[in-house]
Amino acid sequence: MLFFIETVLSGLMAGVMYSLVALGFVLIFKASGIFNFAQGVFCLFAALTFVGIMEKTGVPWPVSFVLTVGVMIALAWAIERFLLSHLVNQEPIILFMATIGLAYFLEGLGDLMWGSDVKPLDIGLPSGASDWMLDTFDIYVEKLEVVAAVVAAALVTGLAVFFQKTRIGRALRAVADDHQAALSVGISLRTIWVIVWSVAGIVALVAGIMWGAKSGVQFSLSLIALKALPVLILGGFTSIPGAIVGGLIIGVGEKVAEIYLGPFVGGAIENWFAYMLALAFLLVRPQGLFGERIIERV
Amino acid sequence: MNETAAQPILSVNNIEVIYNHVILVLKGVSLSVPEGGIVALLGANGAGKTTTLKAISNLLGAERGEVTKGSIVFKDDQVEALSPNDLVKRGCIQVMEGRHCFGHLTVEENLMTGAYTRKDGHGAIRDDLDLVYSYFPRLKERRSSQAGYTSGGEQQMCAIGRALMSRPNMILLDEPSMGLAPQLVEEIFEIVKLLNEKEGVSFLLAEQNTNVALRYATYGYILEAGRIVLDGDAAALRDNEDVKEFYLGVGGEGRKSFRDVKHYKRRKRWLS
Repeated sequence: MLFFIETVLSGLMAGVMYSLVALGFVLIFKASGIFNFAQGVFCLFAALTFVGIMEKTGVPWPVSFVLTVGVMIALAWAIERFLLSHLVNQEPIILFMATIGLAYFLEGLGDLMWGSDVKPLDIGLPSGASDWMLDTFDIYVEKLEVVAAVVAAALVTGLAVFFQKTRIGRALRAVADDHQAALSVGISLRTIWVIVWSVAGIVALVAGIMWGAKSGVQFSLSLIALKALPVLILGGFTSIPGAIVGGLIIGVGEKVAEIYLGPFVGGAIENWFAYMLALAFLLVRPQGLFGERIIERV
Repeated sequence: MNETAAQPILSVNNIEVIYNHVILVLKGVSLSVPEGGIVALLGANGAGKTTTLKAISNLLGAERGEVTKGSIVFKDDQVEALSPNDLVKRGCIQVMEGRHCFGHLTVEENLMTGAYTRKDGHGAIRDDLDLVYSYFPRLKERRSSQAGYTSGGEQQMCAIGRALMSRPNMILLDEPSMGLAPQLVEEIFEIVKLLNEKEGVSFLLAEQNTNVALRYATYGYILEAGRIVLDGDAAALRDNEDVKEFYLGVGGEGRKSFRDVKHYKRRKRWLS
């Protein structure tokens, strides 16, 4: 029983990490209908910049964090200015292709600026097992994963408040619903897009730091974007709570399946379980758990 | 061009609109709306009513349309190169055809998006929200339901209310009667009239429902194939034989033999 709880807990924690990445996708998809293939590279680029600034200038990490946020905002502005504004009114698939191009461009840019060697990310995040959990409940929990969970919770709460309560948040949701109508009430799409891509960039930075602390900042970081896909399919492409719950389900499902089903099929379930789950889900509930239903009045 | 005494708040001078660099939709349209007036822009499908309104509010850009000739003057400033956002700030807002409420936002959130461009603080916006609710008590009842699930009439009210929240001097109202029961159409137009009288909002109204539009408007323009073919005081237009025949569906004296039916061919009366 204890072992089962341990498995579930470690699944939940891994799930939170997936959720962090999926969040970035959801934000951009919600507001501009663009599936941003570059989101994974965003994480990599943000983490690289974060570590790179610390390495080259020796500033403490909070300073580097703020600087990187600035870089991500500048990046969002540049993307709007040089990419999106020229592709207004194009088919979604064209925008999707543009984000693939963007992904490779950013990967190259990160390489050029900061080099391609694996960088350790050490900002004093706790690592190893939590003694307290081990002593009291006899359960093994990674400290880093607890930190990730807390950070993710704070981030999501912040975003939820931002979306529900603020003028800009309301405008973001309005744009997601109806571009034309948003224009007609005087909401500037360009401003909104810059804001959305900036927020997605900041979320990517947080996700990048968490993953980087876990396994070092390296180019495989951009591949976690692929793990975010089943999360999105499960949770729904347009739902922030969906991204969280989807991530948790995938995380737990993977770990539990690996341990309890793995022996029967020769192991390595963790690599494909998420995708199978997503596939099954697509058949039953294509809009995802929390995806917005299309409101149609008859 | 028209003899209305009041200073025009909006005047459109001989504009030409081209879509996609090739399709000429408006071929020299001129009109003007007096301060505090209700002006109707009438015509059949595809005549160019919506295009005219979108040319004024500058929503054409999103549809690859472009004003290639002529000028649009709103409150003494030339506005054809401004963004919709700027125009809303200056007090000219469009209520689009087909209502276009934000379906997943609640009715109240919809109204609040109308105040997006305002910088005069929470208190003033709150007051205006109450004002909108006083004109549309139905909206107050449904303030917390998702706009997508409200009825067509409520959505139209929501769209007009949303525009009001920007404190406009002028509303470009595109086909408010679309898809609504006759009784509701009257209700909406009554509110338009009330807003015009009490809040001093000027209206440019694109309508296919000529009958209703001419009853509430003070002046009317009739648009055909991208040109204005007739204009005049609403009362004069209502009595015009051609308007009766082609737009109001009353040919005057009872049933006619098809031999006497007018051919669909008009005298040339281009204004510009």
